[in-house]
Amino acid sequence: MQRLEGLSKLSGVERYLDDEPLEGPLKGCLWGMTVRSPASRGKIRSVSYDPAFDWSQFVVVEPCDIPGPNETYLIENDQPVLAPGYVRHMHEPVALIAHPDRALLRRAVASVKVEIEPDPPVLDFRVAPRPDQIQRGNDNIIKKLQIKKGDVHAAFARAHRIIEGEYETGGQEHVYIENNAMSAWIEDGPNGDVVVVRGSMQCPYYVLNALKHALKRDESRVRVIQAPTGGGFGGKEDYPSTIALHCALLALKARRPVKIIYDRSEDMAATPKRHPSLVRHKTAVDKNGKLLAQYIEVILDGGAYVTLSPVVLSRGIIHAAGPYSCDNVLIEGKAVLTNSVPYGAFRGFGAPQTIFACERHMDRIAHALGLDPLEVRRINLIKDGQTTSTQQTISDGTDRHALLDAALRASEYDRHKRESAAFNASHPYLRRGIGLSTVLHGAGFTGNGEVYLNSKVDVGATPDGKIEVLAASTEMGQGTNTAFTKIAADAAGFVPSDVVIGTPDTFRVPNSGPTVASRTVMVVGKLIERAIDDLASQLGQNGKPLRGPVLKAAITQWHAANPGKELKGRATYAPPPNVKFDDKNYVGDAYATFAWGVCIAHVEVDLRTASVRLLDFTSMQDIGKVINPVLAKGQVQGGVVQAIGWALSEDIKFKDGGMLNNTLTNYIIPTSDDVPPIRVVFHETPYRFGGGGAKGVGELPMDGPAPAILNAVANATCAQAMSIPLTPERLLPLLPA
Amino acid sequence: MQHQAGNISKTGRSATIPIRFNLNGQKVEIAVDPTERLLDTLRYRLNLPGTKEGCGEGECGACSVIIDGLPANSCLVPTFQVRNRIVRTIESIPASSLQPMLETGATQCGACTPGVVVTANWIKENSGVLASHSMRALMAGNLCRCTGYDGIIDGLEKWLGRDGGRS
Ligand code: FES
Ligand code: FES
Repeated sequence: MQRLEGLSKLSGVERYLDDEPLEGPLKGCLWGMTVRSPASRGKIRSVSYDPAFDWSQFVVVEPCDIPGPNETYLIENDQPVLAPGYVRHMHEPVALIAHPDRALLRRAVASVKVEIEPDPPVLDFRVAPRPDQIQRGNDNIIKKLQIKKGDVHAAFARAHRIIEGEYETGGQEHVYIENNAMSAWIEDGPNGDVVVVRGSMQCPYYVLNALKHALKRDESRVRVIQAPTGGGFGGKEDYPSTIALHCALLALKARRPVKIIYDRSEDMAATPKRHPSLVRHKTAVDKNGKLLAQYIEVILDGGAYVTLSPVVLSRGIIHAAGPYSCDNVLIEGKAVLTNSVPYGAFRGFGAPQTIFACERHMDRIAHALGLDPLEVRRINLIKDGQTTSTQQTISDGTDRHALLDAALRASEYDRHKRESAAFNASHPYLRRGIGLSTVLHGAGFTGNGEVYLNSKVDVGATPDGKIEVLAASTEMGQGTNTAFTKIAADAAGFVPSDVVIGTPDTFRVPNSGPTVASRTVMVVGKLIERAIDDLASQLGQNGKPLRGPVLKAAITQWHAANPGKELKGRATYAPPPNVKFDDKNYVGDAYATFAWGVCIAHVEVDLRTASVRLLDFTSMQDIGKVINPVLAKGQVQGGVVQAIGWALSEDIKFKDGGMLNNTLTNYIIPTSDDVPPIRVVFHETPYRFGGGGAKGVGELPMDGPAPAILNAVANATCAQAMSIPLTPERLLPLLPA
Repeated sequence: MQHQAGNISKTGRSATIPIRFNLNGQKVEIAVDPTERLLDTLRYRLNLPGTKEGCGEGECGACSVIIDGLPANSCLVPTFQVRNRIVRTIESIPASSLQPMLETGATQCGACTPGVVVTANWIKENSGVLASHSMRALMAGNLCRCTGYDGIIDGLEKWLGRDGGRS
């Protein structure tokens, strides 16, 4: 099945928020913009409005205009909607301004002066804060977590060797090509006026919760609608709540519709990015490279507010020990507060950072013992019946050794290795090498997360005999609408054209949870199947569900007999049996299931320029069942290229806590000419509790490329790089003279 | 056709100069602020929002158009510079011709896609350039954060009828 909205996107007909005419509810629309902090920490001494502008012509919103608590509803609600007299990071929103003329608005906003009485900011998360830098508790720590299995210290005492390493990853900007965009207007409703917000977003119910909280309204008076969304990757998970609040506050004060469209530089400077990380490994091994004990310390830069950091940390530590079996594991993680823009969700959500460290470290273990990195993985890769660091017994039927072998074959590992050696012996300054990584990724929310979410899906049956999927999961390019159509059509025995995907609109769709964590097809897809079962059973006799043409006929008959009434099937999340997790001690089934992958990178390093070029890349994945081969392959290729950027070129530079290179001119993401074709091979072990047998595919592709590439660079040049992005500046000093 | 100046100019200055040009085969007469970007003229005055803004500084190619037969980033072109010239946008490319790109997964979120298609279509119409440049080098001015580019490159191969036998 082809991408549903594919042709309208290809032909430029798809209308994103900034493309829409200012008609209908947007008639008479004002443009909104944000006044931001020029400093990373301090008391706001004054906000002064240049008298050269006639401010009566502008709508201005300050913290006093917020009807409810000045808090952005998320895990801890510590992030203000507008800075209440004190700023904690550069570019923090201070005030909002709206005007019908976009150009005049820009000039007016630029003329507003925010004066800060500075306090010493924390700009390096790796260094312990001084007393005058403490801003939270007595150590600035946002969250601490621990995983403990066996007895690490005893194992260290009897180890053959102990190998240590320290690994660092930088921040990463999402660079969705459509910048953030939001609109808001006021409508009449039965319980009074309704604030409607429509825009580019991943999680309509996150936005709804944020609006309810800070605007002090119940959900009958707030409505959130997703507009076509031009990419997210996690970057439109939590931040759209902030923009939605800003837009709604302006619309409420102006009593007119308001649109806020960020430009690229504002989007890059002011919105969340991937958490920078520092991970230390200390590993006890026997002489064959068998892991006896893993001690892992994970530190994440959380930025200025809590936002999603506790969850990112959780995911990070759960993946930190990699896809290996080891009897003694101690993982200690912390996310620390700094005065940079809060870091947020980004594809992989903490796992790419810790897997980078783990997979780089596996190669360094091999190096230290004089073993082949492949062998070290072979003897440690988890087998069915063995347990992970949280003592989850893996028994999904995936043969991870077969997966590794298949990847080696698909990538022609042996041939590349042989040919590289011959090439290196004869070339004056180019060096080729090959590297790999073996990875896992938990699909869906961590631990009991899915149980707490308690997601719901409805399917409506329309009078013309079609099925309408009503879910809050959003299409942002990853193919949700197409996958849902296929899953629903298969479940109902319908053709795809008899399935309609309802727009995520909180007045119409139930809360099927956020569009994150590789959960959409697996978790929500399964709910669609069950909601269709429910509908089909309601129409069948003695609860026996109908399918195909019989179901279609029954739907039309029902509507003929019940004109004007609604017919719906419903499903609520039920966890797979025997999945148990102890949230407090981090023991048990951290995920209902994991997807598995192998990455193999073949690189060429120019010893003169220290630049790294990918010659070949293979990504092998077991994602349960592949629902749509073209879309799934595209997800993997896109994820791999995004990871290549993170590994080699995407280097955020800061000055006083603000992003210095907040443009695409000097923040360098890969072009088509920077990457080779990405070979994708799927291995299928259907997962019974996933929609259509699928496990998540969104994030796994992001996990393996960076360490595989650095391992390949080490193989090519002996340069043991420990941090990314591995720009030429970082690689050059590591190259042999 | 005659166009009224809209109310969403990004520059907001009032002094304008009249120009004429050919847009997708039709004559256009319009008065523009000398500093207005072609991207804004197309999107906000001429109701052709298929051309997207990704970066506003000539890096991403989302705003790609064809001016006198050559690809250009419309965010870098002041509109008065297209006086008496021929401009083609994504709207000039029929959706019906795009099936090959659809089949290979050349679009995901779609935000880069119109720009990608404009460049790809230009390569298709000038396929001689492929003798001296690789397709990947020719497409390097269009950043896509979703597809990893293979869907785009394969789609273009297919569009050119070369359906390359690459996995
Ligand atoms: S918007 Fe013109 S090149 Fe990016
Ligand atoms: S399809 Fe999303 S940026 Fe290209």
